[in-house]
Amino acid sequence: MNVLNRLWFVPLVLAAWEVTTRFVVVSIDFPPPSEIVVRAYELWFSGPAARLFLTDDALDNILPSLARMFVGWFLAALFGVVAGVILGRSRSLSGYVDGLIEFGRAVPPPMLLPLFLVLFQSGLATQLATIVFGVIWPVLLNSVDGARSVDRTYTETATVFGLSKAQHLRVVVIPAASPKIFAGLRLSLSLALILMVISEIFGGTDGIGYQLLQAQRSFDAAGVWSAIALLGVLGYLVNSLFVLAERRVLVWHRQANRIP
Amino acid sequence: MTRARLTRGAIGVAGFLIVGELVIRLWVGRTFDFPAPSAILYEAALLPVDPEFLEGSLVTMGNWGLGLLVAVGIAVPLGVLLGSLPTAEQAVRPLLEFLRPIPSVAIIPLAILLIPDDAMMKVSVIVYASLWPILINTLYGMHDVDPVAKESMRTFGFGSLAVLGRVSLPSAAPFMATGVRIAAGIALVLAVSAELVAGGVNGLGVYAVKASSGNRMDLIMAATLWAGLFGVGANLVLQAAERRLFRWHWLRTGGVRT
Repeated sequence: MNVLNRLWFVPLVLAAWEVTTRFVVVSIDFPPPSEIVVRAYELWFSGPAARLFLTDDALDNILPSLARMFVGWFLAALFGVVAGVILGRSRSLSGYVDGLIEFGRAVPPPMLLPLFLVLFQSGLATQLATIVFGVIWPVLLNSVDGARSVDRTYTETATVFGLSKAQHLRVVVIPAASPKIFAGLRLSLSLALILMVISEIFGGTDGIGYQLLQAQRSFDAAGVWSAIALLGVLGYLVNSLFVLAERRVLVWHRQANRIP
Repeated sequence: MTRARLTRGAIGVAGFLIVGELVIRLWVGRTFDFPAPSAILYEAALLPVDPEFLEGSLVTMGNWGLGLLVAVGIAVPLGVLLGSLPTAEQAVRPLLEFLRPIPSVAIIPLAILLIPDDAMMKVSVIVYASLWPILINTLYGMHDVDPVAKESMRTFGFGSLAVLGRVSLPSAAPFMATGVRIAAGIALVLAVSAELVAGGVNGLGVYAVKASSGNRMDLIMAATLWAGLFGVGANLVLQAAERRLFRWHWLRTGGVRT
């Protein structure tokens, strides 16, 4: 009942869309939602049961896309958190690089696609470099912010207990900064999806973005719509999984702050 | 304090350039053909008098500004409307939650199919991508309105339009401004992406693609430098405008947010 109350508008919109595109505006460019679903099924989910119904197309495109996105995101997260915590702990050091960071995050990452393509001469390296460069900023800035704004009482308590520098970092700074770090990681994840798609469209030979471009080039409108829908579903799933993981990892933070 | 910060920033940039110059000239340059900072800065200084680059960046910035403006024109009224009609918002919210995770650049191929006019197509994708941050922030701001202030207005016999105009809108405005600033960055990403995918006669992205087909990495880096400077400039202007217009808001919340 609750779900019905919350979600009734979505089927209504879908039904209106279906009726409009079937009877009022009949155009190849605007396929009805049922056709988009059928096309998505044909493209990716009509494979043999032994492979979870995934087709060759799905295995050859969805998996590399996800791998690229996660590897790029993971590398950026690693660099971003390490550099961010170091910078956040040292005010003078961060003063020197603030300007550079401000500039780096203002550069639209797709501008670098043509550059990396010439530099690396390889699709994969270009895509990874673009993703890493583009998504590192939210992690870095949030880690700096988190590590900088550790509660004074915590640091002073750590000093009183005579914690070593490494212990201090591991027991005090990183846990205290982790809510901010996670916020940055989450922003980066959705950015990684965007950059994954654009890097596959511009310099790819496989992946969902590449498939999307192929569908557009062959005027397969239903294919274009279904690739967009698939990307939306992936984006939704990835984000939900991340939120779930964040809740588990930061359960102490939520309890301590009584966030419902 | 600020002067010390500026000096440090300048030292940081200079140090980065010098180290980059040395590393590229003595080490990386032998395996990779990457231009040194001095070469990039030299090209960057020449770019503003290159008519092709100048025209291209004007086209891109024009699309960027127009797209952002249209997005504000759609998202702010929509956000205010939904924010003041809880039932409507509840109905539409799941739809927004389904649409929002779609990576905005994926819309570009669809836009190419649907919108035959090149400039119109580019502006449309910028509008689509910029809508979300502005809409979400406007909604957030509308929820954040102090209920006591609203109730007080009502107690004094003001109608709901007066409450909206005198309490809700001013209190949500700083959030809208933050949304616009976030959208400005995304709009630039989309402006360049659309040019990379669809090509075109002129534009920053078009310029970069042309330079890359001639293996001119120095030109791409110089164009990227200008794009970054443009992004920094836009961000600074919007931030300054926010601070000026909504000084009272930051004083009240006690934050020096960036």
